[in-house]
Amino acid sequence: MRAVCWEAPTKVGVHDVPDPRILNDRDAIIRVTSTAICGSDLHLYNGYVPEVMPGDVLGHEFMGEVVEVGRGVSNLAVGDRVVVPFPIACGACRSCERELWSLCENSNPNAGLAEKLMGHSPAGIFGYSHLLGGYPGGQAEYVRVPFADVGPLKIEDDLSDEQVLFLTDVLPTGYMGAELCDIKPGDVVAVWGAGPVGQFAALSAGLLGAARVVVIDRVPERLALAKEKLGAEVLDYEETSVLEELRELTAGRGPDHCIEAVGMEAHADFTPLHVYDKAKQLVKSQTDRPQALREAILACANGGTVSVMGVYGGFVDKFPMGSVMNRSLTIRSGQCHVHRYLRPLLDRIRSGEIDPTYVISHRLPLEEAPHAYEIFKHKKDECTKVVLRP
Amino acid sequence: MNTPERTTRRLVSALGWTSLALAAAPLVAPDRVARAVGVDDDPANRLLVRGVGARELLHGVLLLIGPTPTVWTRVAGDGLDLALLGRACRSQTAAARARTVTALGVVAGITAVDLYAARRTLRQQHGAWRPGPLELTASVTVNRSPEEVYEFWRRLENLPRFMLHLQSVEDLGGNRSRWRANAPLRRRCVEWEAEITSEERGRRIAWKSLPGADVANSGTVHFAPTPDGVSTEVKVVLHYDVPGGRAGRALARLLGEEPVQQVRDDLRRLKQVLETGDVVRTEALPEGTDARRQALQGPAAPNGAAR
Repeated sequence: MRAVCWEAPTKVGVHDVPDPRILNDRDAIIRVTSTAICGSDLHLYNGYVPEVMPGDVLGHEFMGEVVEVGRGVSNLAVGDRVVVPFPIACGACRSCERELWSLCENSNPNAGLAEKLMGHSPAGIFGYSHLLGGYPGGQAEYVRVPFADVGPLKIEDDLSDEQVLFLTDVLPTGYMGAELCDIKPGDVVAVWGAGPVGQFAALSAGLLGAARVVVIDRVPERLALAKEKLGAEVLDYEETSVLEELRELTAGRGPDHCIEAVGMEAHADFTPLHVYDKAKQLVKSQTDRPQALREAILACANGGTVSVMGVYGGFVDKFPMGSVMNRSLTIRSGQCHVHRYLRPLLDRIRSGEIDPTYVISHRLPLEEAPHAYEIFKHKKDECTKVVLRP
Repeated sequence: MNTPERTTRRLVSALGWTSLALAAAPLVAPDRVARAVGVDDDPANRLLVRGVGARELLHGVLLLIGPTPTVWTRVAGDGLDLALLGRACRSQTAAARARTVTALGVVAGITAVDLYAARRTLRQQHGAWRPGPLELTASVTVNRSPEEVYEFWRRLENLPRFMLHLQSVEDLGGNRSRWRANAPLRRRCVEWEAEITSEERGRRIAWKSLPGADVANSGTVHFAPTPDGVSTEVKVVLHYDVPGGRAGRALARLLGEEPVQQVRDDLRRLKQVLETGDVVRTEALPEGTDARRQALQGPAAPNGAAR
């Protein structure tokens, strides 16, 4: 089969690899019909996630048709159309029982490695480094789905792939980002990053009752989407001082909740701090550049919530802990517990309340993945979200 | 986990440091020490005091780098000190004798602590000879009741399902069993018989290998409910030996055999088997969690492998 393989930093290729086969009784093999490139795939692409090996198949946003099931899978049959959550969860451990699906205690065979870096191990994730399991990803013609009796959601009506594909990650991730804020009617929410996760976080904040939503980015077409499709207020951080602008917008209070949908490769103006971050990241004495996170903390209203949905891999410097502590901020975060949001969000899509397709800018064949990564990374050609078809 | 063995190790190490501290004064200022304990400050006594200091130094080094039973050398040294002080008592003025008796009291106190530590090193886990000078502990939390985990473990034939080194375990009846394992560093397999020395249903199983085993070992596995009463804390304490002692262990480690890591991996697979029904496999790690293979794993891509 054909699959998108990581070769070296900023280099992916589409290669022939053997077809996946059942390894555990609870596996299923899916023929992928649609798969997307996630912003977090760019962290792998750029080489900032540890324990990625040449030859690793990428991709954790995918859906398709069941072509084979293991003996332990009774709820799926060959021919079923399914979307697959990106975290792999067994459904039986304490974390799964508590609906903390991205913390499944059994799905990461490389948990020992993750424990060394993070203290304890999170769940395994498709196509997301050996640190998180070493599972081949779904940017391929076929993919093995472990615990297929737990994760995949059957799509039985005529919703298109594009309408439901983002249930695998970016839509529930954005939703969880807003949900973690415990938004009350009248709250002001600011979202850093107008990529797909930021878009869906802003959308969800509105659904959950925020009175005003402010989206911060510098890419004009993404800000335009947030303004036109979501009715959000937008700030271009290259044109203005975000902290001052947010203070102004809220008469000095700051946003009640700040959602960070940027992560470890935050871009910033050519400031001494950005140069410092970039240099430390290059010499590996800091793995992540947390510029957006720092700003979200400083901007947040006293007693507010900072919800971190951007992906971080390891360590950050110059973290404004004094601001968090002295101003009673709450930091909440996590890889999305996708499984718990699948059905509620599917219902909202079905009812027309959410139409996630508006973020798609490119539809390309799988073979064009290298080009797709390239334009997505550099935001060329107004690239906001790429859907690949194997 | 705080095992009695670990407490003993800490105590012995503390005594080792004490020895080093006690060595300083006699070596640096033997004249003052001699006066303090009430003996004449003459060249012969100074030499004797220096000798005591040098011996303390030796105790310290032995206790800190050697196995815990080296604490018996301190007990012997205490005996010697008591004898020397006792002899000094006989030919003295009253004032000097008071100082000597005080010193005797102090040394007797230290002797009591040393004896206590030394006796601890003799204490055995099952009230019987315990093979294997090496000890390791590992633990995992399993989302099943203690009874369930105990029952699974007690059916010894289940053990190879999650212990990667084991080929088979055969229940011979009467608490005896025959174990077959892949030998580290050797192609042949090793075999031994073991017996369950004590057990408490749903709480604990203790076993030891019978004389003649290639790899002498004994251990206890404890099953206890988590504080919330929902899951089970499984704790393994293992005593074992590897051929070649310390050097053999270092060699094995160089070749990727890390016993603690292996037991941890085993317990992780135990959790997977009990909670999900199987060892969780990936293309990169077809045998599932295994620290030795972790460093050598292939790319996360299908490789044509199947069960």
